[in-house]
Amino acid sequence: MKDLGRIGFSEDQAALLEVAADFCQRRSPVATVRRLMEDELGHDPAVWAEMGDLGWLGVAIPEAFGGSGLGLAEVVPLVEQMGRRLMAGPFVSTTLAAQALIAGGTEAQKLEHLPRLAAGEAAAIALGEPDTDWEPDTISAAARRGDGGRLSLSGRKILVSDAGAARRLIVAVRLDGAPALVLLTPEDLPAGALRRETVIDETRRSFSLTLDGVTVAEDRLLDPDRAGATLEHLHLAANLLAAADMVGGTQACIDYTLDYLRTRTQFGKVIGSYQALKHPMVDAYTRYEQARSHLYSAAHCFNEQGTGEIAVRMAKAAADGAYSFAADRSIQFHGGFGFTWDCDAQLYRRRAIWHAAQFGDAAFHRKKLARLLF
Amino acid sequence: MSTVDPKDLAAFAEQADAWFAENVVRDPGFMLPLTFMEVGTDKQFHFLRDWQNKVWEAGYLGAAWPKAYGGGGLPQAFQSAATRAMRKHHGPIMLNAIGINWAGPLILEMGTEAQKAAYLKGILSAEDIWCQGFSEPGHGSDLGSAQTRAVRHGDHYVVNGSKIWTTLGRYARYMILLARTDPSTERKYDGLSFFLMPMKAPGIETVPIRKLTGEHGFTQTFFTDAKAPADGLVGPEGGGWKVAMRTLEYERGARGGQAGGYVSVGANAFDVFDLARRTQRGGQPVLEDPLVADEMVGFLMEIQALTLNGQRTQVPELVADRPQGIPLASKLMGTEMSRRLNDFAVRLTGARGAYYVDEPDAVDNGLWARNYLNAFSATIGGGTSQIQANIVGEHVLGLPKS
Repeated sequence: MKDLGRIGFSEDQAALLEVAADFCQRRSPVATVRRLMEDELGHDPAVWAEMGDLGWLGVAIPEAFGGSGLGLAEVVPLVEQMGRRLMAGPFVSTTLAAQALIAGGTEAQKLEHLPRLAAGEAAAIALGEPDTDWEPDTISAAARRGDGGRLSLSGRKILVSDAGAARRLIVAVRLDGAPALVLLTPEDLPAGALRRETVIDETRRSFSLTLDGVTVAEDRLLDPDRAGATLEHLHLAANLLAAADMVGGTQACIDYTLDYLRTRTQFGKVIGSYQALKHPMVDAYTRYEQARSHLYSAAHCFNEQGTGEIAVRMAKAAADGAYSFAADRSIQFHGGFGFTWDCDAQLYRRRAIWHAAQFGDAAFHRKKLARLLF
Repeated sequence: MSTVDPKDLAAFAEQADAWFAENVVRDPGFMLPLTFMEVGTDKQFHFLRDWQNKVWEAGYLGAAWPKAYGGGGLPQAFQSAATRAMRKHHGPIMLNAIGINWAGPLILEMGTEAQKAAYLKGILSAEDIWCQGFSEPGHGSDLGSAQTRAVRHGDHYVVNGSKIWTTLGRYARYMILLARTDPSTERKYDGLSFFLMPMKAPGIETVPIRKLTGEHGFTQTFFTDAKAPADGLVGPEGGGWKVAMRTLEYERGARGGQAGGYVSVGANAFDVFDLARRTQRGGQPVLEDPLVADEMVGFLMEIQALTLNGQRTQVPELVADRPQGIPLASKLMGTEMSRRLNDFAVRLTGARGAYYVDEPDAVDNGLWARNYLNAFSATIGGGTSQIQANIVGEHVLGLPKS
């Protein structure tokens, strides 16, 4: 049997977990979450600036480019705590865009863009397409070399998180028959290229990006030799951070449900005393603990060839199962209140569905694992 | 002796490795039980008793128990090395589980000098097999309500009542017995006392219980005016509940001091994975069926999660919210997984899943079907999964009592 991964936890992870738990709880109470759902931008720029001041945007950026030179393992506790508080904002998108540049950018691009991301300029990645199957190299959007050394883009990307706030967009296209990544700025986009999508997770800002008519200089192309590997890296990084958000959300969702089960009375009894409710909550809890163990194994082993991919796919599959179950039961166990807008259970359930639909659901990752393990 | 010379330890480990390599009998010609609870035939019993005796005589069981009581007087690291060698060479289980894992360490900790001298060596040599008399027919999970009576008459107590699920009851020479010496106490727990009880005494009858597997693993034990010597009391009269709770700590491995070795060799997800790889259906490896593959991945994820859970409990920052959560839920998670995994293994064998133990055409001699049925011993024994879910729900999640 292959090495499936193991738990390891650095002092940096511990310190960031502690700070993030406190920060996210204070900055993202559920009333704020609900207010921002109605806000066009969708996040609080003051909180975003504070995250920059805390150095969070540069955690996984090398010191030479203005970051603190840690890795995604240290980003995981931050995102877990954000997910726990249903926090909104382009943190994960910006982190992933930085990863794209670190893994696949030219030296000039890294020097130009990474320090800006570390300093708090939002960025995003555009991987999804209308006929996506979650495979990183399934790409139909195209770039063609045109006159004067410029690239002409065509096609459409969908489900691009935070494209509205992003000052940099890393877009997956096909060029000369191979996958490629191109860096765009808002100035490159014609009016109407970005359309805000209506998505199930209302804490999120997601966009469709039409590339037809967009032209950029060839130096916007990330290193073509590394595009395939960079897309694989982004796929795994995105799933790792999604799993972190989901594990945090699962914990909060279970706690939220338990609060209700400990206080709500029916037929003269606190409903949490009924085994019909108590035992499924134990199921939700044990699935949560298992998902969290997978998450911190994936964080620790992320950079290990082979094991990293196994651990990340297990983490995402486990997180999908745990979050979906906990949030589904949360709606049900709140009874009539669970069917209302005001009950937070729906917020968790919607966020779980969003994450399952992004970068592969549990069944997708299990299928991948079968190929990796058997 | 408390300091360990690494050179001595390495030499000991090397000797143990060589000894087990030479002495382990992989196939005695009949199926060996996977756990001490599944010893069903005299052939199995005698084979395992001889095996434990041989391991002890070689110095690889009880290595860290005091020399005066039959042990090796060495630091624990030596016994751990011996146990690792035993496992590496797939040695059969240690038979006298209740003796070496919980009665023995209990006597070492709380017993009188006379009790230590009388009982410990026989536990290690497997000359004296031990059993446990806690559960009663009317009180499976509720030990505090035990009704078996013990009434003092001079230098002994007269015992009446019955105990159930007595593992190795047919073979045992001694029992650790929880009995009621005072039925009138305000708290039911204060009327219980803890005895080291001879089993080969008039008035004790052991009736085999036939398990769902068809085998005889346990007995029900009936006491009719049976004599328990008063010098077999552990702790004071009326102090039995505390001793019983300490015994459970040893039983669950929450407290160290066991003599070493292991008493079960459960099949795990990797064994089932191996089964899935070598099983063919319609000329194809069964793992090529995507539904089978998906289920197998699920089990591998689950067993990996349980391993990781154990590692995570060693990182305080990662269990800060509910430090007792994983330990209290691990029996529920582990035993339920094992039951479902063995059910999956039976299904993997396809049409041959209809066979049972000893059928020549059965896969692995019908082991998987028996494993599945035996897996319920863990989801029911030591507190059913439903009781475990109540414990987790109430003590970890803070829900009100059912």
